[in-house]
Amino acid sequence: MVNMAGFSLEFLLLVVGTIGLALFGIFFGLIYKGIDRKLSAHMQGRIGPPIRQPFRDVVKLFTKENIVPDNAIAWVFNWAPIIGLVGTISILLYLPIGSINPIANTSGDLIIVLYLLMIPSLAMVIGGFASGSIYATVGAQREMATMIAYEFPFAIIIVTIAWILKTINIEATNVFSLSFIAANPLWGNLGILGFIGFIILLLVLVIVTPAELSKIPFDSPEAETEIAGGLLAEYSGRNLGIFYLTDAVKTVVMASIIVALFFPYNISGFFGLNNIPAIAVDFVFYLIKVLFVILFSVTLIRVAIARLKIDQIVGIYWLWITLLGLVGLICIMWDYQMMLRYEFYKPIFSILGLQ
Amino acid sequence: MSQITKTTYQLPIGPIHPALKEPVMFKFEIDGEKIIAVDVELGHVHRAIEWTGMRRNPIQIIYLAERICGICSFVHPMAYCRAVENACNIQVPERADYLRVVHGELERIASHLLWAGVAAHEIGFDTVLFLTWEMREKVLDLIEYLTGNRVTKAILMIGGVRRDIKPENIPKIKETLEYFKENYKKLSHVFLDDKTFKMRSQGCGILTYEDALRLCAVGPTTRASGVKKDVRVDQPYAAYSDLDVDYMTPDKRTGEINGDVYDRIIVRLLEVKQSIELIERAVDQMPTGDIMSEPKIPKLLNYIKKTAGEGIGRDEAPRGEVIHYIKFDGVNEQPFTWKVRASTYANILPWIPMLKGQQIADISIVAASTDPCMSCTNRVTIIDKNKKYMLDKEQLHKLSVEKTRRLMR
Repeated sequence: MVNMAGFSLEFLLLVVGTIGLALFGIFFGLIYKGIDRKLSAHMQGRIGPPIRQPFRDVVKLFTKENIVPDNAIAWVFNWAPIIGLVGTISILLYLPIGSINPIANTSGDLIIVLYLLMIPSLAMVIGGFASGSIYATVGAQREMATMIAYEFPFAIIIVTIAWILKTINIEATNVFSLSFIAANPLWGNLGILGFIGFIILLLVLVIVTPAELSKIPFDSPEAETEIAGGLLAEYSGRNLGIFYLTDAVKTVVMASIIVALFFPYNISGFFGLNNIPAIAVDFVFYLIKVLFVILFSVTLIRVAIARLKIDQIVGIYWLWITLLGLVGLICIMWDYQMMLRYEFYKPIFSILGLQ
Repeated sequence: MSQITKTTYQLPIGPIHPALKEPVMFKFEIDGEKIIAVDVELGHVHRAIEWTGMRRNPIQIIYLAERICGICSFVHPMAYCRAVENACNIQVPERADYLRVVHGELERIASHLLWAGVAAHEIGFDTVLFLTWEMREKVLDLIEYLTGNRVTKAILMIGGVRRDIKPENIPKIKETLEYFKENYKKLSHVFLDDKTFKMRSQGCGILTYEDALRLCAVGPTTRASGVKKDVRVDQPYAAYSDLDVDYMTPDKRTGEINGDVYDRIIVRLLEVKQSIELIERAVDQMPTGDIMSEPKIPKLLNYIKKTAGEGIGRDEAPRGEVIHYIKFDGVNEQPFTWKVRASTYANILPWIPMLKGQQIADISIVAASTDPCMSCTNRVTIIDKNKKYMLDKEQLHKLSVEKTRRLMR
């Protein structure tokens, strides 16, 4: 009986947590979208829409007529957006938010996240192919090519982080778990070479983010002036609204991954807080971190460069970004070897007297 | 097993598509992302302007000609006025010639900046769109200050212009020109040195020198391919012969001619600079005197009505050469015929060699790179019993011969 009660409590927590996280992701995703639009507008010398504009957009889209083209495969066309949104929200279950530990916790979180991140993109590809429009088909082909292009550098980052964590903490069994990664920030354990390597990896992830989110310069799957919205060309009303929400949640997810991998620090310990105030303070700090990550990886890149062609995107990722990722990986490996062999080579934080 | 499977597919762009600012229909044969074949269809914005014009008197046509194009709202009436002046032997006062240069060049700056913004938008660089349009706003302010209107200026009259530039207006002109000189560096830096701009525009949409000659391209499109063709130099009109105009080709900046989109950007930017200098010189050298040969409109109208003759007005619009032909029979107030050939008309066929072999992603920027103006171009739509149909070359030739015979009677 006790076991049953424990199980049902856990189950209840999971259900409530999932709903909470979904609401959190949608709400803050839309807020961040609003902030992103406002900031980019100011950068372009415009006034821009009010920050609550994305909420209005969603409300409007959900009240609009939902048109399914005659030559579309209706059930695939209608289910694709929902699958995309569910896939995106489920990633949130694996991400630490502030000092709140992830609801779902396995020993292979990061690998699951890597796969789950493909679901919204795949849903868009399937929806695009199912919509029976030539523009959507071209967009879907481009989205697939982009996906293949950015997954490799992304995988390099994840493997590097897991490898270095495992070598530092030999007895650890869950190095792919995001809560473990967040609890053991790497910056302090790296020497100067590793520090540079880690910064390179951060840069790579920042460049992967706009492609993951289909933002300029990597938005060729949706290129408005080329293929009229591409994947989303035939979507309207509720379905388009769900894709809009997916995009908003995915922005938060990508930013949270960067925060969890590279900036997992919390400030509650700094103020000597605990319990509820600590969680609240860390949560606010987490929101600020996410905002900065979005500012640098989405907004700034989006206003500063032009859209690239699909062959250029694939070329850049497979050649330059992959090379950059490998350079980061090699730097961190050398760093570890140097640390083993030479007495004077110490983690940069201990030289600076931070730890 | 020797069954041939079709590997290409059809991609229609237009008549309404975000890549196009005006309706035109492209039919592409695509293999993967590569363009194999292109077909262009026109005739979606026929507005029967010539037909309307032939039922108006010559003064009314000026304002109709202004509305042929939303951007070239000075060059079209200018070409029209020069055609009438040519037909009726009207002498334009020298000061009016200089004023025409000033307004024409202001329009060129506004048009090229508008184009630059659109080009940036086509490749997804909206920041540059807003940057250039912010600058364009300054030109429009100056145009409004000088003519009273921002776009359709209503400044021309047969035999002169309607409003003078007074000495007290000159400081404002100089001030705006100074602003442009300061910002020109920023603009050319953004367009010519930016890495992503280069990635999208270099080696894309190439029009060779031979193709440009063979297909009779005009304006910046042909100059970017190295063809030295500019009405302002070849057959100087207004005050251009006094102002030392030169052909703007991309080798002036880079030393080489590729004929790609990047070169077309260079040519337009060089022309903006040239226009600034031309306005400056025109304002400085402007002689005193009348601005209209005949200020009394009814008298002018009566004179034109009594004159029989035909005339041609050729002008260098921002997009290239524009030709207006007019014929008066000496009896009716309305012209016997009025024919407009807008510059885009000559720049349609060059699209085909430009687009072949490019990617889908290049369509919008290549199509935009000739600065097309479809509503200026559309002259004919044939509709019979509510059905639209096309004419082939032989039929068209036959009709043209018939029409020429009719005009010669």
